[in-house]
Amino acid sequence: MSTDAATKQAPAEQSRAMQILKSSIQQVFVFAALIVVFVFFMIFAPNFDPAVMIPSILLQAAALGTMALGATFVIATGGIDLSVGTGMTFAAVMAGVFMSGSYMNLPLGLGLVLTLLVGAAMGLVNGLLIAYLRIPPFIATLAMMMVTRGLSLIISNASSIKIENPDYSAIANGRILPFLSNAALIFVVLGIVAAVILGKTLLGRYALAIGSNEEATRLSGINVKAWKALVYVTAGIFTGFGAILYSGRFGFVQPAEGLGMELQVIAAVVIGGTSLSGGRANILGSMMGALLMMTLSVGLQMMGVAQQWQLVVTGVVVLLAVYADILRRQRASAV
Amino acid sequence: MRILRSALAMSSVLVLGLTACSTSTSTETTEPMATETSMAAETSEPMETMAAGDVPMGDGSQTIYLVSKGFQHRFWQAVKQGAEQAGEDYNYQVEFVGPENEQAVTQQLDMLRTALQSGPAAIGFAALDSGAAGPVLEQIQAAGIPIIAFDSGVDSDIPLTTVSTDNRAAAAEAAKQMVDLIGGEGTVGLVCHDQTSATGKQRCEGFQEYMAENAPDVNVLDPQYAGEVGLAANTAKALIQANADIVGIYGSNEASAIGALQGTVESGKDLVVVGFDSGKAQLDAIRSGDEAGAITQSPVKMGYETVVAAIRAINGEELPPVIDSGFAWYDAGNIDDPEIAENLYE
Repeated sequence: MSTDAATKQAPAEQSRAMQILKSSIQQVFVFAALIVVFVFFMIFAPNFDPAVMIPSILLQAAALGTMALGATFVIATGGIDLSVGTGMTFAAVMAGVFMSGSYMNLPLGLGLVLTLLVGAAMGLVNGLLIAYLRIPPFIATLAMMMVTRGLSLIISNASSIKIENPDYSAIANGRILPFLSNAALIFVVLGIVAAVILGKTLLGRYALAIGSNEEATRLSGINVKAWKALVYVTAGIFTGFGAILYSGRFGFVQPAEGLGMELQVIAAVVIGGTSLSGGRANILGSMMGALLMMTLSVGLQMMGVAQQWQLVVTGVVVLLAVYADILRRQRASAV
Repeated sequence: MRILRSALAMSSVLVLGLTACSTSTSTETTEPMATETSMAAETSEPMETMAAGDVPMGDGSQTIYLVSKGFQHRFWQAVKQGAEQAGEDYNYQVEFVGPENEQAVTQQLDMLRTALQSGPAAIGFAALDSGAAGPVLEQIQAAGIPIIAFDSGVDSDIPLTTVSTDNRAAAAEAAKQMVDLIGGEGTVGLVCHDQTSATGKQRCEGFQEYMAENAPDVNVLDPQYAGEVGLAANTAKALIQANADIVGIYGSNEASAIGALQGTVESGKDLVVVGFDSGKAQLDAIRSGDEAGAITQSPVKMGYETVVAAIRAINGEELPPVIDSGFAWYDAGNIDDPEIAENLYE
């Protein structure tokens, strides 16, 4: 243990070093799990060719992963966002309303901005309810989940909306890079943006501070309410991006979809090492969590495993990830 | 104080959420939609039914309550349109409700219970789960309300008749077309939309049975289940990737078919995709030749026949055990024929 010497001299320095070490250990864990699962499928699933499967899984995980980026901030504050799945559908329905020929038929750029604003608005409502009215996040976002689901069905007249604009579909399916779909590229870029926000900006630091000890954060003069609301707005914007990537891939929005996706998003974040009790977050982990979930689903399907069993396997993976988190916390408090 | 406030806030949010839930369904039921009224105007003549002339007229006070499978697919709007048309033609009120999605079995049972409590003259029921409704159906029978099954059959002899597409025969037709299109040999994948409803099972099994009996050189893969577009696309991609020799994919409803098509496109393969039902994306794909063709049911006729059967039941008439509402194969060649087009929806 090379840090032993440092322990006696600078305890603060040591605990920070330990923290970084620990968070990277989780990243190593998830990454290792991803590699193990991938290699397993390369051996046991027919035609699981990495050259084909890696870009394919990245495309399929892009929307889920992007939503997980936003959810990471929420979970970092010790909150939860149950509205992310149906909220994504609602933003996608609004994207359809803005850009479909049978509705408003707005130009692409304007439509995209408005779609992101819809995401931000949902986040803002969540944030205000939670930060200012002190409604528990679970309840506030549960309500938002139902409201957005209802609104999606009402606005779309409960039927699917097709977005004909070929440029819209190119956002997800096109290829600026020859080997990667744009959806995957956007996912990676947004991941970098999210990592910078979390690591280098006040928003990220305060989100983590609120998650570790809200009262102490408030007492040190930080406007906890405003920052908390802003965290939900940020999550909403990522949900808006998720909506664009998801609906862009199909050029087609089904207003009744998205229910249950919030749980996959939360699972991806938790697998990635972000603590559900707040105070610790890991953007890269969330991205890998999303990729792991999608790899499991695709690989098991290719092996011909029945879908019921796929759910069981995914559930077990989530349990293992949470248990690893608990073990880590126990060890941390023992030190 | 603080506890009280948050409790108050919580309950108000819960109420808010619940009302949001119920509005989403009640708007479906009470407000006739613009598209429907315009389409209803086209078919103002009473439709040709099994014995068109002698359907007894109502006095406008009795309600026929239809519990559908929800509004996730445009199909149900067409059923609703047909049902409301029949209500108008024979002077009955028609209530048409459905759960949020086709997995919401318990929510649908609650709706069926609500239908019973509202005391209608007859109830129509399209079961999401063919076995789950038994107890409620018994209550309805005990209350003396005639019940007509539509779309899916119910594992019960309480419904007086079942108005449905012969899904098994329709799926067999899809299989037959698939065999012709692939030249009688190769590997074929199935993306079926669900595994609990009778419709879902029949659309899968009908296809498999036809292949087993009539196409010895076609290798049919185990069916995969995916009722949402995203999931269906991922499923189809996995199927295609895992089976290099695949030549065709069958999707058993709108979402499954479009997903299968998207998965095929993303895989960069040129496969024969055969679908079911319609929807704008699927119609466009069939017109452009990306999708070979699809089976359509006759949803308007189904809704109409269900209400007619209910009216007959209210008047104590005998009904046959099954009323077939029909199906047809359509492709780029006949998509605009009037008898096909009236059942297609965007």
